[in-house]
Amino acid sequence: MKPSVVKAQPADVLKDASMLKQKEMMAAHYERLTSAPQAGEKVASTFVPGNLNELIMCFDLVNNLPEVNAIQSGLRKQSGQYIMEAERAGHSEDVCTYVKSDIGMMLKGNIGPNGKELPRPDVLLLSYTGCFTFLKWFELLREQYKCPTIFLQTPYMADGKVTPNMIQYMVKQLKEDVIPTLEEVSGVKFDIDRLREYLKKSAEAEDDLVHILQSGKNKPSPIDAYFGGIYYIGPIFGAFRGTDDAIDYYRFLREEVDERMLKGLGPVTPDGPMGEEKYRLVVEGPPNYTSFRQFWKMFYDEGATVVASSYTKVGGTYDYGFRHDPDRPLESLAEYCLGVYTNRNLPMRIDMLSDYINEYEADGLLINSIKSCNSFSAGQLLIMREVEKRTGKPAAFIETDLVDPRYFSAANVKNRLESYFQMIDQKRGSKGAAA
Amino acid sequence: MKTFVGIDLGSTTTKAVLLDEQEQVLGRGITNSRSNYKTACSVATEEAKIDARFTLFRREFGGEGTLSSSVEEFLSALERSFRLEQFLEQLADLEETCTRLVRGERFEKTGEGVKSALAEVFKRLRAEAPAMFAPGAERKSDFFRDIAGSRYLAVAEEVGRDADISYDVLLNLYDKSIIAVENRPPSGSLNEKFNKALGRVSQDGDGFGDELGKRAENALGIELEESFLVGTGYGRVTLPFSKEHIRSEILCHGLGAHMMYPETRTVLDIGGQDTKGIQVDPNGIVENFQMNDRCAAGCGRYLGYIADEMNMGLHELGPLAMKSAKPARINSTCTVFAGAELRDRLALGEKREDILAGLHRAIILRAVSILSRSGGVADQMTFTGGVAKNEAAVRELKKLIAENYGEVTINIDPDSIYTGALGAAEFARRAAEGRLEGVEA
Repeated sequence: MKPSVVKAQPADVLKDASMLKQKEMMAAHYERLTSAPQAGEKVASTFVPGNLNELIMCFDLVNNLPEVNAIQSGLRKQSGQYIMEAERAGHSEDVCTYVKSDIGMMLKGNIGPNGKELPRPDVLLLSYTGCFTFLKWFELLREQYKCPTIFLQTPYMADGKVTPNMIQYMVKQLKEDVIPTLEEVSGVKFDIDRLREYLKKSAEAEDDLVHILQSGKNKPSPIDAYFGGIYYIGPIFGAFRGTDDAIDYYRFLREEVDERMLKGLGPVTPDGPMGEEKYRLVVEGPPNYTSFRQFWKMFYDEGATVVASSYTKVGGTYDYGFRHDPDRPLESLAEYCLGVYTNRNLPMRIDMLSDYINEYEADGLLINSIKSCNSFSAGQLLIMREVEKRTGKPAAFIETDLVDPRYFSAANVKNRLESYFQMIDQKRGSKGAAA
Repeated sequence: MKTFVGIDLGSTTTKAVLLDEQEQVLGRGITNSRSNYKTACSVATEEAKIDARFTLFRREFGGEGTLSSSVEEFLSALERSFRLEQFLEQLADLEETCTRLVRGERFEKTGEGVKSALAEVFKRLRAEAPAMFAPGAERKSDFFRDIAGSRYLAVAEEVGRDADISYDVLLNLYDKSIIAVENRPPSGSLNEKFNKALGRVSQDGDGFGDELGKRAENALGIELEESFLVGTGYGRVTLPFSKEHIRSEILCHGLGAHMMYPETRTVLDIGGQDTKGIQVDPNGIVENFQMNDRCAAGCGRYLGYIADEMNMGLHELGPLAMKSAKPARINSTCTVFAGAELRDRLALGEKREDILAGLHRAIILRAVSILSRSGGVADQMTFTGGVAKNEAAVRELKKLIAENYGEVTINIDPDSIYTGALGAAEFARRAAEGRLEGVEA
């Protein structure tokens, strides 16, 4: 037996310098958003997977992301009451809890994380990427706000590849529908060179992001690519892609991660630096936000680090080589939307997760299945079996929810996680005995 | 001799298994989990040690198979006598606890009367005790709470009536005391009790020669050394065990089922508050598992609730359901809804056995869904947990497995309730050998 890990006992939650920097960026963005009506700025609401931030910026629109608002509500323990409010208004128990949190927040005065009222959107921009609920969500918002809605149809990658036809189809929509409507809403003329400029900046930050995410290949991994990963993807999946802020943030973060890597250190957890790395996991599926810290603690207390995750690819699969390309501006926006994780078919997801297990030398796959998200959950057990078969590594399945606190049963999740970690030990033990 | 203890702290019962160095089960013990896991743990362990003593007696008398009828009679006399000793000891504790509670303002006027009523109640209980442990006597339960409780209530009603003391007062004293008695860890030496029991057996002069008693004393001389202990089950985290003494119940059930039936590849465990589907490899190592999530619908408690609703004992449900020729179609596994459905159907005049058969089917349907998500059913399958004792549940399971997976051998060990504890004991045995499986090495 190795002695149990002694951890620092900080008075407060520990945060990386990069986390603090991100916090400032997010706060500034919410300030800009909530003061948009006074500042005379117009607002576009859109979703994370396939968001067209660079294009939105070309029209001086402020990007508002209802999913991120729901995540914020979850982290701040507000989503429970919002969901109940939405249920009182007639939304069923099984509906996506992001949607209900958002609707409930709206019904309760639409107060954002900074305590100020979020603005009414001037346009709803939906680039449909694999999640059918997005359509219904914006239908509900359109009913509420009576504002123009743009629906950029992204073909699902059912055959596992992007064809020239798909790109043409999307570029045509961008030219004939998306851009003209955005011009009309904003009163700003589209300038493709401005778009190129933003895309160039995007690509720069994307390079650093990939470097950071791939640092998980090191032993120990200097990052947690799931719980920590949520922070790392924040700016680039949200309103900062294509900005100088994002470039600065990712450069800063990259230095921070590189330094930990050089020193042979693991990730920083809310309870201080991670102890010895005992398990390396690949995780599929979104996290739970209402008990985020408690959930994370169940991992780091046991010495489990997530070295790669699929969730950090919902806003782009950059590690597979995609970059926004200033030379092919509209085409690369189309390719971006097509490639995000939620738009990939089951075989592609299996390939990706199996690759991660092999390349990141992980002990196995853990699936966090989200009770209210069919678009993620459908097929997950099949994915699990196939990945197990291909990699020969043990897998496990836990169930929680995005932002509905009622669907997080800590004792149950912990029980399954502990069983899984012990299963990994047992497998290692039996291999050692056989050798 | 070296022994290895496995303890499974379930939500309803706590089980303990004692293994020897040859991986043979020496003893098994079970008790109700009560609110105090620590006591439940020591009671179950003590019960397993008592059982182990009988295994050692058998070994002393020539083996664990069938022994000559005089030896069998001797051993069962010894066991009855031992149980009586144990019962009397706890009864004395109960009397003392009840009597101690008779104080303060409330009892200012009635105190003496209540005390003498209590003395009378316990006098009668002591007097009737030997008959309860006589050959052929049937006891509804082996837990002190159940045996002493039902008799106390009956006797107290009589005594109270004669002495003009309110039944409620006596009832209340019992309710308060039984919790305290039950939560006290077992006291006194086991060997002392065994010696008393041996003395009683020879005193009763049932014609057993001195030879048997002497050899039993020899076997009592073997010390049961607790070499390593592993705990599992829901209560495991509340115990003051360090990490190397804790294993997940999923691993324990997988290994336990493998030990009972080495050809096991799929395990279904239906316990009080969870249902687990587990796939194991040829060495009993867990490959995959699924269990119920936020909701305990379709677990053992469901049947407990139904039993309460129907005012029946839990063990009576299965036999009644077996009488059904036309099971009702019930789909909901929600425990609360099932209660409502039950009352509804009873009101409509449906037969109790048909409704019960339908409810058994509903819980097994849910279990089969968990099994299928864990990777299906491979030959052989082993069914464990308290619900495996219920014949109606077993019948439905066999039917559904045959419909969905074809011909599969389904093993059910009469001691299946000890599967988790057995796996834990084997982990303890291996850990003592330095094989820390299931713990980071």
